[in-house]
Amino acid sequence: MEKTVNQKAWFLVLPVLLLVAFSAVIPLMTVVNYSVQDTFGNNQFFWAGLEWFDEMLSSERMWNALSRQLLFSGIILAIEVPLGIFVALNMPKSGFWASVCLVLMSLPLLIPWNVVGTIWQIFGRVDIGLLGRTLAALGIDYNYTQDTFAAWVTIVVMDVWHWTSLVALLAYAGLKSIPDAYYQAAKIDQASRWKVFRYIELPKMMGVLMIAILLRFMDSFMIYTEPFVVTGGGPGNATTLLSIDLVKMALGQFDLGPAAAFSIMYFLVIMLISWVFYTVMTNLDKKGG
Amino acid sequence: MAKITLDNLAHSYLPNPASEEDYALKELNHDWEDGAAYALLGASGCGKSTLLNIISGLLQPSQGRILFDGQDVTHAPTAERNIAQVFQFPVVYDTMTVRDNLAFPLRNRGREESYVAERVQEIARMIGMEDVLNKKARGLTADAKQKISLGRGMVRKDVNALLFDEPLTVIDPHMKWELRTQLKKLHHDFGHTMIYVTHDQTEALTFADKVVVMYDGRVVQIGTPEELFERPEHTFVGYFIGSPGMNVIPAKIDGTRAYIEGSPIDLGCGYDALEGKLEIGVRPEYATLSQDEGLPVTIRRIEDAGRHKIIRAEFFGHDINIIAGEDDPVSADMNRVRFDPAHVNVYANDWRVPGRAA
Repeated sequence: MEKTVNQKAWFLVLPVLLLVAFSAVIPLMTVVNYSVQDTFGNNQFFWAGLEWFDEMLSSERMWNALSRQLLFSGIILAIEVPLGIFVALNMPKSGFWASVCLVLMSLPLLIPWNVVGTIWQIFGRVDIGLLGRTLAALGIDYNYTQDTFAAWVTIVVMDVWHWTSLVALLAYAGLKSIPDAYYQAAKIDQASRWKVFRYIELPKMMGVLMIAILLRFMDSFMIYTEPFVVTGGGPGNATTLLSIDLVKMALGQFDLGPAAAFSIMYFLVIMLISWVFYTVMTNLDKKGG
Repeated sequence: MAKITLDNLAHSYLPNPASEEDYALKELNHDWEDGAAYALLGASGCGKSTLLNIISGLLQPSQGRILFDGQDVTHAPTAERNIAQVFQFPVVYDTMTVRDNLAFPLRNRGREESYVAERVQEIARMIGMEDVLNKKARGLTADAKQKISLGRGMVRKDVNALLFDEPLTVIDPHMKWELRTQLKKLHHDFGHTMIYVTHDQTEALTFADKVVVMYDGRVVQIGTPEELFERPEHTFVGYFIGSPGMNVIPAKIDGTRAYIEGSPIDLGCGYDALEGKLEIGVRPEYATLSQDEGLPVTIRRIEDAGRHKIIRAEFFGHDINIIAGEDDPVSADMNRVRFDPAHVNVYANDWRVPGRAA
């Protein structure tokens, strides 16, 4: 086929370029700009090179926040994925109750982050919250504003409450796409319930589960509003996750340079982990789980 | 291996079936003889798969009993019935190798690994997949997957029956022949009771000793291919089997004569006075063109099918198909059609009426 050369075609790419420039490249570059300069106010900036990156990499504060963040994402994935699958497996496949389940399960997903935080903040309060009062009445020592463990339990349970539905709904969609014949063949082959799950349901769900895990990882890794509303990062720094720490640094202390360096590394970490996730999962998929 | 008895069996997918129309499978009594090869033939949606799923226990019938060698298994789960079933669309366990797929039913029943290996080899040879045994099943083509499904169905030697639900739909034509031959051979060698569901008459007639024809949730005829051809018990059988199907023409019956639009046709037998919708049925093979005797028809088209010609004719708006041999004369002045009296069947309300010897 004859190839037509027409340089004017470049103009057609222009709108996209502009859009991406304003939505991503320019904001990102201002952050990069801050990360290599220092300022003492008056809008005067001095070249700082990689100093802020150095400082951040050797800052115990950032490493602590990062390990808390990894712990948080790890825990909620370990709970939400199996729980979501379990819920999906036990949902009715059709009829009135299937619709009821779907609506009920979508509800938490529709609530704004801020509201979710507020709900749990009040729910868990020892003086007026239903959960706090109940636990106190049962003689369980629970106070998320003072006790590190209680604070962690609260934010983890809150996230599980808010987001397990997403995993469950995706897994449910995967399950629904399995033709009846597979289950019938499994019965004929006398496969146990576990084998049906292992060799039919799980492989067929793998695609959507991969998306669910990626989404949940990225979202939880960037989580800010909910724990901030509930614990404000406390007690002490016990629930100060990466985003909370970043906001404290950038807006609380107005350390723009270090915060910018922090942001860039934060961004790279998410990219890196997501990429590793994706590669590992697609490879698993190819080899057949 | 077992004789399978259906006793007053019927099934409806509705919770409270009221009239007969609500039943996907209408009341049925039948024995599937031990070791016979049956084909279950009928148009899509006539209840074939329903019947098969009831036999294998995937479906609980709304009424009636099902017995294996006289033992009631109506409420026994699929696993206890020890039945193999192959479905229309390939079911393979994607994440397993071909070998593990074939071994799966045996391993689930706790057979010894050495026996499993030996059986898997044997089946792999039968379906021609020995060289891909160690490959994952997911990358394979649809017909390779279906061969695995077939293989999984055949891997157990001790099954009570082998059920096939239109298993060759997705297979290439030349492979179809080969697999069907393999199935016949398997039946010949091991004598399993086999039920083979299909809507393809060639497949049914070549595979089975006995063909069960279903229509609208009902078994309309059970017979050898020859019986189905010569004496269709129901107009549906006549029209469904044969290519083209039987000519079914409304007629008045009077003794040993039928009258179509007033023109007389000789019948091989005599009939008493009949009630209801009356028709005669003649296979195109038993209709011949003639110059001077029979019904005067309008010939609309002649199709040359190679070994024979199909003549599409019309008589007072009734279509009549005629099959003429390669060497039979066909000419412009032959515009009458004659039916062989011995092969004219009479139907009242779609069911064949046996005649008295004339």
